Amino acid sequence: MEAKTLFDKIWDGHVVRSIKDGPDVIYIDRHYIHEVTSPQAFNGLKQRGIPVFRPKNTIATADHNIPTKNQHLTIHDELSRNQVERLAENCKTHGIEYFGLNHSKNGIVHVIGPELGYTQPGMTIVCGDSHTSTHGAFGTIAFGIGTSEVEMVLATQCILQPKPKKMKITINGKLGKGVTSKDIILYIISEISTGGGTGYFVEFAGSAITSLTMEARMTICNMSIEMGARGGLIAPDETTFEYLRKVPSIHGVNDFDKALSEWKKLKSDEGAVFDKELFFDAASIKPMITYGTNPGMGMAVDDSIPQSDTKGGSSSESFLKSLNYMGFKPGMKLMGQPVDYVFIGSCTNGRIEDFRAFAHLIKGRKKADNVTALIVPGSKLVEDLMKKEGLIKVYEDAGFEVRQPGCSSCLAMNEDKIPAGKYAVSTSNRNFEGRQGPGARTLLASPLTAAAAAVTGKITDPRELLNN
Amino acid sequence: MPKEKFEILETACVPLPLENVDTDQIIPARFLSATSRDGFGDNLFRDWRYLKSGEKNPDFVLNNPKFGGKVLVTGKNFGSGSSREHAVWAIYDYGFRAVVSSFFADIFKNNSLNNGLLPIIISEDLLKKLHSQIQSDPSTKVRIDLEKQTLTIISTGDSVKFEINSYKKECLLKGLDDIDFLLTMKDQIKEYENNKSMVK
Ligand code: SF4
Repeated sequence: MEAKTLFDKIWDGHVVRSIKDGPDVIYIDRHYIHEVTSPQAFNGLKQRGIPVFRPKNTIATADHNIPTKNQHLTIHDELSRNQVERLAENCKTHGIEYFGLNHSKNGIVHVIGPELGYTQPGMTIVCGDSHTSTHGAFGTIAFGIGTSEVEMVLATQCILQPKPKKMKITINGKLGKGVTSKDIILYIISEISTGGGTGYFVEFAGSAITSLTMEARMTICNMSIEMGARGGLIAPDETTFEYLRKVPSIHGVNDFDKALSEWKKLKSDEGAVFDKELFFDAASIKPMITYGTNPGMGMAVDDSIPQSDTKGGSSSESFLKSLNYMGFKPGMKLMGQPVDYVFIGSCTNGRIEDFRAFAHLIKGRKKADNVTALIVPGSKLVEDLMKKEGLIKVYEDAGFEVRQPGCSSCLAMNEDKIPAGKYAVSTSNRNFEGRQGPGARTLLASPLTAAAAAVTGKITDPRELLNN
Repeated sequence: MPKEKFEILETACVPLPLENVDTDQIIPARFLSATSRDGFGDNLFRDWRYLKSGEKNPDFVLNNPKFGGKVLVTGKNFGSGSSREHAVWAIYDYGFRAVVSSFFADIFKNNSLNNGLLPIIISEDLLKKLHSQIQSDPSTKVRIDLEKQTLTIISTGDSVKFEINSYKKECLLKGLDDIDFLLTMKDQIKEYENNKSMVK
């Protein structure tokens, strides 16, 4: 038999029909929805007069525009409130499971899917949010879709997709102290640029990947799309199965051992051919930070901003425009640069492990006076764990206030906006102009680097604080 | 919803020669709270189009009366960033029917094709030429023939063939969308569900 990649195996198992010269009709096992990209899709169904085809396969949460304070009160912003109410209503009408605001399982869609056992190896998963790629960490084909496609999935449980090309990125070696999976992915994107993965679905492999926890793997797959890829995935292994053994329930799976024997088959065959292969050495990765307005504009935290965009290939005009927005100059060092805000959270780094890392570094230290910190758990379950593990106390002792779960400052649809001109070290995934509020200046980094900035009030190499 | 059929388009162009224009610039997140698809055109390129004072930014191309037309001619890597389809709705709602670039982000391209907006990829050289042509003569018209898959700069006669997936082309020409198509497949989908295996 022909050697196949993991991606091919899952994809081919989900083709309902191939259209000649056209896309494949792909069956979707799990569909996540949220308040922002679903209302128009439900309107579409209504206009066509059709029901949701498989309501059990769709899971809903409210996360994008909800407040992170006083969630028990009604949402102030009328439009946001309207969106959340519409989602609740639509779920009720169509019999869709909904983890709304104040539900004990509410949280960011890409945080709750895995932790509640809805994300399982071998699945096809979509959501009207580009960071759906997160779920690829479990050996799934998971990717973001637009609202028309949300409507397609609601109507038929299928979407039309041309099959992407396949890339394999192998990272071997051991990560240095203070270097996290966020640094791995920021490093790769800085090397191959935000267009480097366009047209591809990426499988991540190598000893530096297999040694990561599920949380850390999710961070990598989450940001795989920031290099332009359609998504990223990692073959499931013992770490994955261990994680799944611990989730409260694996929905739709009655016999764990039987499922397990299927999951164990999920890997690329020896000799499977990829359209492109890249190799990186984990030992050469340092804690990273971005200095510009796309995630490819990143460097080691102790480096200097380059003179031009040699790797990304943008014109010098775009490069300078971007630095200008950030208030930086080519050749400048960022270490010591004062910081106004620190945001830890989002579907990239809003999981328990991220809050543990942050807590580890701030313990026994105090929040810098010039810093406003937004500490936002990715879900209620993460928040509960933080309480249980005593992390909330560590945060409070160091002068940090912990908010309620949601997307928050990641896209600033709610009140958690970074003011114009202010610098925010953020554990989220996008540093676009205005992403965290009009005029906001975002520096993407790991929870450790964010913690180092939070306690020193300036950009600091976290390794300096881990040493003593 | 099905869109108007894409017929031959002969129109002036609006030039936006910037690279890496992401979906947050096309439609900032704070305007995503609507629950219908209409009206997003008013906030297209909002933060470039309006000054902080709320007045129109006279330096932005959409506010320049010299330029108009149904084709937006952009720079390299247009539409990167979030999967928000609102970006496409905003461009379509504003009145554009085609976007020309040398490179589009994948999701943006897909979303465009699903919403009756034709993304046309041309070479970087031709894109440069088109931009300088439009700058020197804002009334420069292009002719887009989807059936023949050609884009022609009328005044210079430069013409290129562009690529489009034949299935998407059919849909655009007929004004049909993917859901119309998938709904005809219900029986096949049910059959698949009955015989499903995780991998092949
Ligand atoms: S945290 Fe940010 S990237 Fe993740 S789902 Fe929410 S808005 Fe999207």
